[in-house]
Amino acid sequence: MSTLYRREVVNRLAFIDNKLPGWVSTLSLIGLIVLWEAVCRISSVPELYLPAPSAILTTGWNMLSSGELLINAEASLYRIIWGFVIGSVTGIVLGLATGFFTIAEAVGNPIVHALYPVPKIALLPLIILWLGIGEVSKITIISLGVFFPVIINTYSGVKHVDPLLIKAAVAFRASRINIIRKVILPGALPVIFAGLKLAAGTSLLLLVAAEMIAAKEGIGAMILHYGDLMLTTKLMVGVLALSLLGIAFNYLLNWLEKRLISWR
Amino acid sequence: MKVVVKQVGKCYVGPDGQMMTALSDINLTIHDEEFVVLVGPSGCGKSTLLNMVGGLLSPTSGSIYVEGLETDRDPVVGMVFQEIGLFPWRTVFQNIAFGLEEMGLAKQEIAGRVQTNIELVGLQGFETSLPRQLSGGMRQRVGIARALAVKPDLLLMDEPFSALDAQTRTLMQEELLRLWTATRLSTLYVTHNIEEAVYLADRVVVLSRRPGRIIDVIDIDLPREGRDIGDYAVPFKNYANQIWQLIRKDAEDAIREGESA
Repeated sequence: MSTLYRREVVNRLAFIDNKLPGWVSTLSLIGLIVLWEAVCRISSVPELYLPAPSAILTTGWNMLSSGELLINAEASLYRIIWGFVIGSVTGIVLGLATGFFTIAEAVGNPIVHALYPVPKIALLPLIILWLGIGEVSKITIISLGVFFPVIINTYSGVKHVDPLLIKAAVAFRASRINIIRKVILPGALPVIFAGLKLAAGTSLLLLVAAEMIAAKEGIGAMILHYGDLMLTTKLMVGVLALSLLGIAFNYLLNWLEKRLISWR
Repeated sequence: MKVVVKQVGKCYVGPDGQMMTALSDINLTIHDEEFVVLVGPSGCGKSTLLNMVGGLLSPTSGSIYVEGLETDRDPVVGMVFQEIGLFPWRTVFQNIAFGLEEMGLAKQEIAGRVQTNIELVGLQGFETSLPRQLSGGMRQRVGIARALAVKPDLLLMDEPFSALDAQTRTLMQEELLRLWTATRLSTLYVTHNIEEAVYLADRVVVLSRRPGRIIDVIDIDLPREGRDIGDYAVPFKNYANQIWQLIRKDAEDAIREGESA
């Protein structure tokens, strides 16, 4: 009599579901910082080139308690918040208009697409010439940088709203303005948020660039200043502040997105 | 109130740039309290006709009008879609309220009417649910409640159950029959399912394809309740057979040309 074998069926797709615990990601970040600290302590890399994380933190604390960091952060926050709000609100409003009204689309789209590829920082000298060297020109350049990704995403978000939903709204006699308010805007919101997140990165970039070119206060100006003085540790405090600002910005947008698009 | 479709034709430019005739010579009247079902193979233009009656598409020729309204106003139309078309960001309550909000009714009136219709379709307890939390059958109940809530002069239903599984579909047909008996709304209903047509209709309008024309109008002379069982099962089958013979060839052509609904 021959032997009959028994084989159990196993899930060969299990590796896809293989989940790692959350602390692995945290550990990778901590690991990097520890490695950095170790390199600074063991080797003889001068502080001018690579300050240790511990030194950056202590210096940062001193700059914070002296008020220096706060003054600069406040100036930067003021610019980026106004720039972002103005740029994104106009971007959303005009994006809804160009996406929904054929006349706005025909008139607006060529202009948007002609101006979009221009690196916004190249316009800064012109804007300073027009609006002076004060806050307005910095807010304007950030608004411009935010405006374009937001209007383009809003437009495409409007175009991707399920036509059936518009049809349903029309069948139930919704007015034009209510179609925009109750159907187009909520339907386009996921894509609009993708644009806002893109714009958040751009706004940070333009903030720093504008502050490096023409500002006495602000984190960008601070970084440039300490770069000129070759005070690398203080420079790194500025970089750290920017990275924290970026993280906070992203966190805020994610939180807002979750609240507004909870229906998904 | 009755709806008159007079000499209606619809042409459109096809993907290859050629003129296609979707519908031609359509003459049809939907009388007060009448349930008319449009049945036909894929691509016969039955949904096109329904959309034109609903004012969501304009005919190329001919005209569509309503007669016998008591005041000089647009008719109120309730529409139910195949893909349901609920607003995913609105709760069940808010979805049913949509048409009422657009009518400019007071909040209290809206709440009352929504509640009535939620009870009518048996969705008590799901007022605050979102569409994604509901099954297909429940979603379509919301779609029907949304259409009934506006107290329409005319109810238009575009293959409302074809996306549902067979069991849910049977139950929903029974449910619809019950709702219809309670409201007796003039109804135009589109389907490609012949049994469904015979089960629901006062009159079945059979369309051919390419171009879509009315090839026959069949009065279903059966009682509204239980027409597919008992003594009526045989005549029911005969009606279905009669319609199937009318559209069989067109349906085969549709398959050959690789068209889906």
